[in-house]
Amino acid sequence: MANVAQALPESSRELGGRIQRGMNWARRFPLLSLAVLLFVLVTPAVFADYVAPHDPFKGNILERLQPPAWLEGGSWSHPLGTDKLGRDMLSRIIYGARISLTIAAISIVCGGLVGTTLGLLAGYFGGLWDHIIMRLVDIKISIPSILLALILAAALGPSYFTVIIVVALTLWTRYARLVRGEVLSMRSQDFVAKARVAGASTSRIILRHLLPNVVNTIIVLATLEVGVVIILEASLSFLGAGIPPPNPAWGLMVADGRALVINAWWLSFFPGLAILLTVLSMNLLGDWLRDRLDPKLRNV
Amino acid sequence: MQRYIVVRLFHALLALFAMSIIVFSLARISGNPMDVLLPEDATEQDFIQTAELWGLDKPLHIQYLVYLGNVLKGDFGVSIKWPGRSTRDLIFARLPATLQLSALSLVVAALLALPLGVMVAVKKDTGIDYAGKVVALLGQAAPSFWVGIILIWIFAVTLGWLPASGREGVASLVMPAFALGWFQVAAVMRLTRSSMLEVLDSEYVKLARIKGIPNWKVVWKHCLRNAAIAPLTYFGFILGGFLTGSVVIETVFAWPGVGLLAIDALRARDFQVVQSVVLFFGVIYIASNLLVDILYAYLDPRIRYTS
Repeated sequence: MANVAQALPESSRELGGRIQRGMNWARRFPLLSLAVLLFVLVTPAVFADYVAPHDPFKGNILERLQPPAWLEGGSWSHPLGTDKLGRDMLSRIIYGARISLTIAAISIVCGGLVGTTLGLLAGYFGGLWDHIIMRLVDIKISIPSILLALILAAALGPSYFTVIIVVALTLWTRYARLVRGEVLSMRSQDFVAKARVAGASTSRIILRHLLPNVVNTIIVLATLEVGVVIILEASLSFLGAGIPPPNPAWGLMVADGRALVINAWWLSFFPGLAILLTVLSMNLLGDWLRDRLDPKLRNV
Repeated sequence: MQRYIVVRLFHALLALFAMSIIVFSLARISGNPMDVLLPEDATEQDFIQTAELWGLDKPLHIQYLVYLGNVLKGDFGVSIKWPGRSTRDLIFARLPATLQLSALSLVVAALLALPLGVMVAVKKDTGIDYAGKVVALLGQAAPSFWVGIILIWIFAVTLGWLPASGREGVASLVMPAFALGWFQVAAVMRLTRSSMLEVLDSEYVKLARIKGIPNWKVVWKHCLRNAAIAPLTYFGFILGGFLTGSVVIETVFAWPGVGLLAIDALRARDFQVVQSVVLFFGVIYIASNLLVDILYAYLDPRIRYTS
């Protein structure tokens, strides 16, 4: 195919080269995505009480549906405008980051713990354990998360708890599969046999010899999954099966703005943009971490 | 091959069983299933009827069998939000809208993704190829419901070209189908690109070129035919995904399909309708995955001998 590439005009190849160099640079030094994450997400989320200009729950009905500051009728006291109850959009988005990050952290830890444990057991013991655990993985994969979320929300009502359960249930299978695969390939290696000869107990072999060898994989997978979790949580909240109102979850805010898109586009636009930027920078960071720590995961 | 199909079928049944257990126990987890199954203003008559339908006076394992029998008959009892209508009727009344939307978005995805994938493969390492990569990155990060609302803002509110929501005429189908199809485009595009690159490098393509066949014919006829196999089997796989993805898109565009039915029922805490939609979608999802598995094994014998 070299001839086709050569036949292309010089300028097009030049542009391609420049974009490629730019992307390589962004991959190697994920400063941009890290900076976006820190300044847009983590810092404001942690220090929301100090950073947010207004209370995210209290609104002033006289200031309802104000456009962003740079448009006509907007003011700098509400840089991104206000919603239908006069609540400050910027403050709500800042507090929304806290919700998204908390949910992501808790559910990834839960799903990761369960998945890793089951993966270690299945990989190390094999046989019946392996069979049962892998069958459970198969069953979970054939039930879409969104259906699980709907039925949970219908039975128990939407809440933080239901979201975390649904997300954790969605995540554990990937950890279980990956960890099992890794342990399976390590089980017959010399260092495991030597540890056993030296008198190490089964639990010691698993926790001190096998687990440290899969930690990199787990960390990379966890980072790559933050974006997935944030989108899933936002979708569930958007549908009314996730975080209940009046919490400032991003998905809920987009849903609130849907009916008012005719005269107040900013209600949906900015929370969605926050999701987009967060997930994009998290994915880039995850790609970079994967290349650094665990190139085996390329196709995951 | 037969053994493979039997094993797969068994797995599918296991998944269905697990799903029925989840739904069954969730209705009973809060203690009194009546709280979940009936509205707050239910009459004495409703209580008696519901208790009888689900066998609530019997032991738990009998209750499960009664439940399974009702599910297989498609009998889910009274709906809270739509009194007097069986959930089966509700679903089948909404099904054509969902099928229409899914089918069209599949076409949209295919018409966009295959040519785009071929294009970025032929122009590998140029600006077009990298533009494709950027689009794929953005496509992964943008939530579908948000993209849907942005589409409404641009094409319905600002430009006024298309209706913002509802199901009236062909024009109302354009945005939902595009929004639903779009999210498969990135994945199928990448898949087409990689299999095209493989084919473009093969001996018979070189021979075709030596024979002096024009470039466009080599690419679009000789190569695409062979490269299309991988993305086409992937299409079968995403068919099930479309059904659940339609829940989100139908909500965004108020498209009166089965997905929106589930969300409307959820908002009214109408458990009967939600559970029947979930079971219905679940069966379709599991069945379509089963079909794809069998199709794969039929096309690629390596699969049926190794697993």
